Amino acid sequence: MSELTDLGIAAIRDGVAKGDFTATEVAQAFNAAVAEANPALNAFIVTTPDHALAAAQRVDAARAAGQPLGKLAGVPIGMKDLFATKGVQTTAASHFLEGFVPPYESTVSQRLWDAGAGMLGKLNLDQFAMGSSNETSAFGNVISPWRAAGDNAGRAPGGSSGGSSAAVAARIAAAATGTDTGGSIRQPAAFTGISGIKPTYGRCSRWGIVAFASSLDQAGPMARDVTDCAIMLEAMAGFDAKDSTSLDLPVPAWSAQLSDDLKGLKVGIPREYRIDGLNADVAKSWDDGIAWLKDAGAQVVDISLPHTRYALPTYYIIAPAEASSNLARYDGVRYGLRDLPEGAGLQDMYAATRAAGFGSEVKRRIMIGTYVLSAGFYDAYYTQAQKVRTLIARDFEEAFRQVDVILTPTAPSAAFVLGQKSDDPLEMYLNDVFSVPASLAGLPAMSVPAGVDRQGLPLGLHLIGRPFDEQGVLNAGLAIERRAAFTARPEKWW
Amino acid sequence: MSSYRIQGATGEWEVVIGLEVHAQISTQAKLFSGAATAFGAEPNTQVSLVDAAMPGMLPVPNAECIRQAVRTGIAIGAVINPWSRFDRKNYFYADLPQGYQISQLYHPLVGEGAVTITPDDKKPDETKVIGVERIHVEQDAGKLMHDQHPTMSYVDLNRSGVALMEIVSKPDMRSPAEAGAYLAKLRTILRYVGSCDGNMDQGSMRADVNVSVRRPGEPFGTRTETKNVNSVRFVMATVEYEASRQVDVLEAGGKIVQETRLFDPDTGTTRSMRSKEDAHDYRYFPDPDLLPLVLQPAFIEECRASLPELPDAKRARYETALGLSAYNAGVLTAEAETARWFERLIAESARRQGKTEAEVARAASNWLTSELFGALNKLGRTLSDSPVSPEAGAELLALVGDGTISGSIAKQVLEKMLESGDAPGVIVEREGLKQTSDTGAIEAAVDAVLAANADKVEQYRAGKEALFGFFVGQTMKAMQGKGNPQLVNQVIKARLG
Repeated sequence: MSELTDLGIAAIRDGVAKGDFTATEVAQAFNAAVAEANPALNAFIVTTPDHALAAAQRVDAARAAGQPLGKLAGVPIGMKDLFATKGVQTTAASHFLEGFVPPYESTVSQRLWDAGAGMLGKLNLDQFAMGSSNETSAFGNVISPWRAAGDNAGRAPGGSSGGSSAAVAARIAAAATGTDTGGSIRQPAAFTGISGIKPTYGRCSRWGIVAFASSLDQAGPMARDVTDCAIMLEAMAGFDAKDSTSLDLPVPAWSAQLSDDLKGLKVGIPREYRIDGLNADVAKSWDDGIAWLKDAGAQVVDISLPHTRYALPTYYIIAPAEASSNLARYDGVRYGLRDLPEGAGLQDMYAATRAAGFGSEVKRRIMIGTYVLSAGFYDAYYTQAQKVRTLIARDFEEAFRQVDVILTPTAPSAAFVLGQKSDDPLEMYLNDVFSVPASLAGLPAMSVPAGVDRQGLPLGLHLIGRPFDEQGVLNAGLAIERRAAFTARPEKWW
Repeated sequence: MSSYRIQGATGEWEVVIGLEVHAQISTQAKLFSGAATAFGAEPNTQVSLVDAAMPGMLPVPNAECIRQAVRTGIAIGAVINPWSRFDRKNYFYADLPQGYQISQLYHPLVGEGAVTITPDDKKPDETKVIGVERIHVEQDAGKLMHDQHPTMSYVDLNRSGVALMEIVSKPDMRSPAEAGAYLAKLRTILRYVGSCDGNMDQGSMRADVNVSVRRPGEPFGTRTETKNVNSVRFVMATVEYEASRQVDVLEAGGKIVQETRLFDPDTGTTRSMRSKEDAHDYRYFPDPDLLPLVLQPAFIEECRASLPELPDAKRARYETALGLSAYNAGVLTAEAETARWFERLIAESARRQGKTEAEVARAASNWLTSELFGALNKLGRTLSDSPVSPEAGAELLALVGDGTISGSIAKQVLEKMLESGDAPGVIVEREGLKQTSDTGAIEAAVDAVLAANADKVEQYRAGKEALFGFFVGQTMKAMQGKGNPQLVNQVIKARLG
């Protein structure tokens, strides 16, 4: 038998259920792997081996007592440090929340614990989920376990869920939670050769997740493969009365209905995504994806999403606007950092606290957001962006009259070298060019590994589905997964 | 209609007033959290994670708050918007945990309505209709406490997130009296509806007073807004002071600055708080944590059906169906509680006396407004803590009605009821206050009075008929007020021929 840490959700769950190994053994193996790797990868901000062990011991006891086991019984996962975890520091990778220990548990994390999962630790991320490389974290960037052939330069694990992607790819977590506002699950999944799905907006409760942009934020699983994503999403999703935007719909049995038989399915290829200067390896992987889906029985159709080129500017108005307001609560009055210079008044305290508590990318977005909402600019920016957002959603509605899912690349390139883009925010924002439109429309979308580029770095393919049709997205993802036969994994250098 | 004018040095000025009234919605829980709303609780004991704006917390609208605002809207005949939306009003302050207030700027819950006022109590038939622009719901802020520590301020978040209705009038008022009458009438309506307790001294209701002046017939002048005025009297004082201050400024060749002002109850004056230039840019935008509020027709109908009879309708019914004077009808309907008391009184009176409510209503209304109110007033009490119940009042009225006691004895009995809390029948029995209808006893008493006042009898017979009342009074006095007044009259008339 291979090492326990090579196993994903389904294999661990089944092995524990059958008695091939105990949940405690699994937790111990992952705890050890985390302890060994984290100094090099910096994937976890804090580790919680006791949490993982305690959950595993409960599962083993339940099994011994003949009690039914949950969907994720015995599976140790990493929790993105954007989810509030009761009694465990929750920072959003910000200095502001350093040392903040919430007295409450987010709905999604609670559901995962209820399903029998255990927590290995809180995963690093871009500060307040703002970033595409994990370089905005106040706790140092994550280093991807992947390296280009013949090149030891540290690579970005993607962002914002970069701790999640690195941990899953490095086999130090069986799976991890992510959140996706404009691509923060999908782009890091693509960069690290794993699968990740952002479900339809409203599937997963936002209650207890530190807010970035409320109308876009969605939690989702990041895992070794499509099946694991389906299982984990079933545990995470579901109506929550504490979130007004939560979908009041039953959670389908996605994993039980997985099928890579795509006969009768129509797959749209949006011509606007074939941008000028598209990376040749990315273009090739897209063509591979088209061929695989045809092989699975799907019919491929060229489609148009005419407002695509406005998606990125629209996103970079709406998301900062919401963020500028959502982050106003970090004011030094009630919790978190307070910087109170000698003789300071209230306004001075705000200024000092927020200057010290937020990193430069967060400040940039707060400033952009404040600007686009301000009197005299509101209509030209925010109102206009909302209109364009509606047009983008309409593009998809039109397209989904002709096709069932849409296939695109996940990101315009493979993982870049850390530091390469950190001085150029616009260059960095372009990472989201393929992922942002689905976010603006609230659609389910996932990234699955499709192969490696000429440097040996993973590339992802991106599937976008109709609202509520996670099944269609997962099935198309499974068809690609089976045909891509992606087996590459990072060589252990840590 | 209003002829209220300010006499300036250069001629007459007219004042234009609009009120934004903040009314706390009477509910157990806050607008977007489950936290309780008890007044006067220990600081920071009525605070949920949502109210403290902890990371990741989300607002969920409280349906009861929405229901009460809709009921209020229907009560003022307003348009109920089946689609409305919450917006964020962004600003930093220590009493505002989220860094924004959730309000409704662009699409309020309730549209245009109206409130009919009676600016002068003494002229109950002169009414004026004041337009209401809108009612929206929003969160209240917390409270800063500056007296707890020598160098620091403390924050109490008990009020943070409490549901308010902001009721915005049109600039339809033209005198301090009209502004006062509007606020008082609004409070009456809110109390009838039950959507706000109207307790202005506890901050449940407060008004932002917008005042401008102009030459009669000219366009509106520049207005000032005086914030958080918390009584009817202070609203009237604010208008009076602001209007004359503005006239002075204009007549001295100055300009009115659009600004926010504060009212000082100690001096009755207002002072500048901040000018338009310093005004916040609130960066309103739709709250992305909340879906638009969509009301189903059945919900609105349920709100409508749940409304009690409202003050204007009740007042009209008291006048027409019960035959009360306009004054009494006005007094008895001014507070929902008074009307409820009165209605129990006449229901019980009618039952005891075997009459219809309409037959007993006039006497009952007179007794309540003059006798009981007067007596309670002397004791410094109100109807809500009256020792006399409507049932006891009805028993007393029935004793007068069936001739057991006279009206003047009834006054004595009421005093004893207020002192002892005993039932009137018990008091009459114990104190022997029953009216005498024994003709023999009355004749004896009359004869004694006439014999003792032979000179007056002479004068009466000579034409000084006014002395009749004297004989009645003397007889009643001799009988300790217990003689049946009708019989006493008859006997005296017969004896004097």
